[in-house]
Amino acid sequence: MKSKRSVIPGFGLTMGITVAMLSIFILIPLASVLGYSFRLSPAEFWELITRPNVIQAFATSIGCAFAAALINCVFGLLLAWVLVRYDFPGKRLMDGMIELPFALPTAVAGITLSRMYSDQGVLGRFLERFGIQASYTKLGIIIALVFVGIPFVVRALQPVLEKLPESFEEASMMLGAGRFYTFRRVILPELMPALLTGFGLALARGIGEYGSVIYISGNSQKEGTQVVSYIIMQKLNSGSVDYEGAAAIALVLLLISFLLLLVINLIQIAAGRRTRQ
Amino acid sequence: MKKQKTTGREEKPWVRRLLIGISVVFFLIMLVFPLVEVLYRSLKDGLALYVEAITAKNTLSALRVTLIATVTAVAVNTFFGLCAAWLLTKFEFKGKQVLSALIDIPFSISPVIAGLAYIMTFGRMGWATPAIDWLNEVLGTDISLVFSVPGVVLATIFVTFPFVSRELIPVLQAQGSSEEEAAAMMGAKGFTIWRRVTFPHIRWALLYGIILCAARAIGEFGAVYAVSKARGKTFTLPLEIDALYMAGSADSITQAFAVSSLLVLLAVVMLILKQIVEHRGKREQ
Amino acid sequence: MKMKFAVKNSCLSLCRKVNRRLGAGMLRGGAGMKRVGALAMAAMLLVGGAAGCGSTESQGDSDTITITNVSYDPTREFYEAYNSMFAEYYKEQTQKNVEVVQSHGGSGSQARSVLEGNDADVVTLALAHDITILEEAGMIEPGWMDELESNSSPYTSTIVFLVRKGNEKGIEDWDDLIEPGVEVITPDPKSSGGACWNFLAAWYYAQQQYGGDETKMKEFVKALYENVLVMDSGARGSTTTFVENGQGDVLIAWENEALLTLEEYPDEYEMVTPSVSIKAEPSVAIVDENADRNGTQEVAKAYLEYLYSDEAQQLIGEHYYRPCNEEILQGFSDMFDLNVDLCTIDDFGGWDQAYEDFFTDGAIFDEIYGG
Repeated sequence: MKSKRSVIPGFGLTMGITVAMLSIFILIPLASVLGYSFRLSPAEFWELITRPNVIQAFATSIGCAFAAALINCVFGLLLAWVLVRYDFPGKRLMDGMIELPFALPTAVAGITLSRMYSDQGVLGRFLERFGIQASYTKLGIIIALVFVGIPFVVRALQPVLEKLPESFEEASMMLGAGRFYTFRRVILPELMPALLTGFGLALARGIGEYGSVIYISGNSQKEGTQVVSYIIMQKLNSGSVDYEGAAAIALVLLLISFLLLLVINLIQIAAGRRTRQ
Repeated sequence: MKKQKTTGREEKPWVRRLLIGISVVFFLIMLVFPLVEVLYRSLKDGLALYVEAITAKNTLSALRVTLIATVTAVAVNTFFGLCAAWLLTKFEFKGKQVLSALIDIPFSISPVIAGLAYIMTFGRMGWATPAIDWLNEVLGTDISLVFSVPGVVLATIFVTFPFVSRELIPVLQAQGSSEEEAAAMMGAKGFTIWRRVTFPHIRWALLYGIILCAARAIGEFGAVYAVSKARGKTFTLPLEIDALYMAGSADSITQAFAVSSLLVLLAVVMLILKQIVEHRGKREQ
Repeated sequence: MKMKFAVKNSCLSLCRKVNRRLGAGMLRGGAGMKRVGALAMAAMLLVGGAAGCGSTESQGDSDTITITNVSYDPTREFYEAYNSMFAEYYKEQTQKNVEVVQSHGGSGSQARSVLEGNDADVVTLALAHDITILEEAGMIEPGWMDELESNSSPYTSTIVFLVRKGNEKGIEDWDDLIEPGVEVITPDPKSSGGACWNFLAAWYYAQQQYGGDETKMKEFVKALYENVLVMDSGARGSTTTFVENGQGDVLIAWENEALLTLEEYPDEYEMVTPSVSIKAEPSVAIVDENADRNGTQEVAKAYLEYLYSDEAQQLIGEHYYRPCNEEILQGFSDMFDLNVDLCTIDDFGGWDQAYEDFFTDGAIFDEIYGG
């Protein structure tokens, strides 16, 4: 570990700015929401978050987000690799369109996807031949989350992949390692921190996602396709305007996401340390 | 430059083709199909309706609000991102991991909660509202931080907050800080080190971050929806699209897709800009 | 020893590299900075221009009064037409210009936005319960319901079925909806105020059918909701699922929504009016707290009262809502089935009671639909 006193200047200044801006824009407003959840007694809080529909929503959100983030890691790595390493017609276009899911409003994405994957839509009809129903099932949720999450992974990997020194692979090749072996043992560890960042971001985004999911999920309690954000909105928009309940569920959601991100950060730092040695 | 080398960095042709093939198929299904669907539906009732939709008064007003929110959010988040990335990659300190995870919070927060957060702080029942009222009285202004354009800007900043820093951190981390340390020992001042030593390394990552941030800001729906309710005044493009879509008539649904295509166009313009800058940058090197 | 030397060597090369960069040869970074700066500048100019032309455009007359009407989704077209009608009327009466800013969305979330600071002078929501929320928060004075005619509901509607052309499943009444294989689309009453009307209408049918045997009534609505294929978060979402995505056999919808769909998609759908239904009463009220602060009480009052004028009632009918004025309603008798047995919310003991009995957590809806 480095000594606390670094020769690089700007510690105080950047620390001050970072903490101040983080507090003003993020932490203080969030604290006011979470303040509401403490208006519930611990017993009420526990009763609320252990209701079957709430637990089910958490399971759905986390499960689907996890699956989608994994899928995104595989395809995101592939896309980033192909975009950085190979030349082929339409590459520029492909590169340019990766961010599309960010630019398309989530509601539009959700509406469009739900239509495309319903049994009346282009892709839904195709899937139906194999007896697969996409829209209004968990598969639909995963599809929507893959859509919104893919840029996170690709864009996290691309810069690192571009900066990867050639000498690494060359050395490995000279030592007689096969291409795939080189990839697995030399390149992948180098990409690991970035891949984990992408995974974490896609996962976290997926757990809280609302707009693109509600149209395609069908929100059926029976099928277990209600996501956490939907339950929160239910609490807010139902006749009773239950701020406390909404805030309590939001708090749990936040804690889970925060823990996930923290764990990923820890792994990332550990991975970074290992490769630097 | 890499392509001419025969050092074994290249895969066998069939592997390459297979990888490209799979990516292209995934790309077509996941990204191109929805886009084609949007474009098709925006134009299927003719160009006249399309033009009418994108030149409507409400659309132009929404475009204006969207641009204001996006540029402000990008400026604020770029400044923050540079500071945070410097802090998190050049120094070791206690609580670094926690701080890093805190910065990522907006990624994981349901946009629904993001909007609510500002309302609980600055809205009618918010605890900071008396202070804002007092400030307005002293300054003789009438600024509201929710259900207004400033509210939209704040909500946009919230959801795009970590975008720039997240792009910078992996690159800076991969870079290590030995160059900066050397520069500092040679007596260079903080900003000079940043500009001369660090900046050249992070230029592209920074641009990626800015573009990501801008693209996300343009498309944000959930958080802004919570603090913007007046169509033609504080609506952004995504809200206008939603309003058109929810208007329920066949025409207005087509118009909703027309405005969506405008949004996509905005994104494409930005991405082309990025490509040009990037291309020039690579040629220089 | 060798090791040490190597480290020293690489340090030296690093230093040389950094030194080069720090020196005058720093063209690359400088150029990059300039480029980023130029980009930022261009973006600023773009926005400045857009903001500039936008603001000159939206600047209104100084003697124009602006009021905000916070409403729910399906009234969009009606209020668009009504606002210009009212502006004309008001100009004639008082020589003042009035501009009405509209806000639409799910009824519950719209009520909440007013609670949170959305500066509404009047609210025109899907059910009285959403206005009661504002009353309880002290924003609307008690007794608002009696301030205007017919419980402050200038227009009403009812719950009907929308089926695909040909009505293949032969849906005529509520009991057809529980047949196996019938796919029903209706929104979630726990997240959409409008959807509560749907549930209550079905409940009323069961009440008639089973003479108050609560077990059987619960079984009936349970069977009905088991046939629900997609439960959207709001009424408009359900319409989209049914119409745009082609899901389900029958949409339980507001009559005005169903009629609008028939007009938009001629020859694709049929409307079926069940034997019994519920009188859906959207309510209107002045938000006293905001109107007092904005000094708009007077114009807000005129705005709501004018809804009861003959020409506005006619306009209401043309937008597929049932006018509260009996005479004008009769004029639309070929459009509305006026012989349906309609219950009202009072049959359920008012909204607060109905909410308590059916839709709060753990109440009847959770019982029949949840675990």
